[in-house]
Amino acid sequence: MNVLIYIFLAIGAVFNGLGAVALLRFPDVYTRIHGATKCTTFGSIFSILAVVIYGFWRGGGQGGTLAVHALIALLFLLLTNPTGSHALARGAHRGGIRPFRAVVDRLEEKR
Amino acid sequence: MLYSLAAMLRAAEWAVTAAFALATYLVLVLWTGGIGLWSLSELIAGAVLSAIVGMVAAPILWERGGFRILQPHRWVLFFFYLVGPFFLAMARANLDVAFRVITGRIRPGIVRFNPGLKTDLGKTLLANSITLTPGTLTVDVDDATGDFYVHWINVKSLEPKPEEVCGPFPSWARRIAE
Amino acid sequence: MIGELSFGVAAVVLAAFMGVSVLRLAIGPTAADRAVALDTVNTLVVTTMVLLGAAFGQVVYVDVAIVYALLSFVGTLYIARYLEGGLK
Repeated sequence: MNVLIYIFLAIGAVFNGLGAVALLRFPDVYTRIHGATKCTTFGSIFSILAVVIYGFWRGGGQGGTLAVHALIALLFLLLTNPTGSHALARGAHRGGIRPFRAVVDRLEEKR
Repeated sequence: MLYSLAAMLRAAEWAVTAAFALATYLVLVLWTGGIGLWSLSELIAGAVLSAIVGMVAAPILWERGGFRILQPHRWVLFFFYLVGPFFLAMARANLDVAFRVITGRIRPGIVRFNPGLKTDLGKTLLANSITLTPGTLTVDVDDATGDFYVHWINVKSLEPKPEEVCGPFPSWARRIAE
Repeated sequence: MIGELSFGVAAVVLAAFMGVSVLRLAIGPTAADRAVALDTVNTLVVTTMVLLGAAFGQVVYVDVAIVYALLSFVGTLYIARYLEGGLK
């Protein structure tokens, strides 16, 4: 069981780091949102799942509470993260930021 | 008769919202005492709080209908969708982003397509799925026509079909939410 | 109980990634870039809090993480509304 927790923590750390690096590496707002949202959500799923496994494995009142609360935190994160990034992308586009080197921009044509 | 029907609908909305709030509260305070898994004070506090939450939130949450989501077979479908195709697509999306972070090869653009979804829930589900899956990010949704404007990191065609952008997700969203 | 130490190590690693994101928060050319970096930092903070809750055996940390996730979501929505030009 320990090995499973280590693997999950490692995957979570790697993908969270990938999100942070993507934030630095990509050229404009939209591609940064791509990298940051996808990678941090995926990494957080694995990191928090490691905590959930650890909580259920330890068992009892405290372990169970830890696992259930971590699961609820994961649920809220899954719900709010894509919605927040969607709102940011929409706000950025309405605020007049154009995608970098875009081959097509249908949303701009609409206005 | 009509008035009483509307009143019954209000009561049902309140009951559903309060029940959901109570369930959330009870999950949060698991393992606190002797009655089942809960203590008496937590049960009383949960009942009072969820009644208040139902009164405040029900008129906002059910403003545009949407009782369809209460059918249990949709929850089962949603669960299988989450652990099956959605999770696979998400894993693929992350490897895709890793590849693009390393090589820096992008061809971005904002494309438009119309998956033909009608309910708010279906649109929300599809938009969130698109954001978390390979190379796509929902920028805007036109509520009147149902058009999706999607930032695509690797544009393959200028007038794409829904299937080209996001695979099987529109049909899943239709199955779950409509 | 080797497990608890590994949670602490993972939390420290995530804190380092938070530092990388703060770099983008500092140099980001536009307000939208900074908002995206802030959103990323928020997600990392929630994950780190859950990991620290497991590392120290304190469930309270996880509760704080839940509340932080919801409040930071509201904050992100308000920043997005500001970027749109809606808050004048």
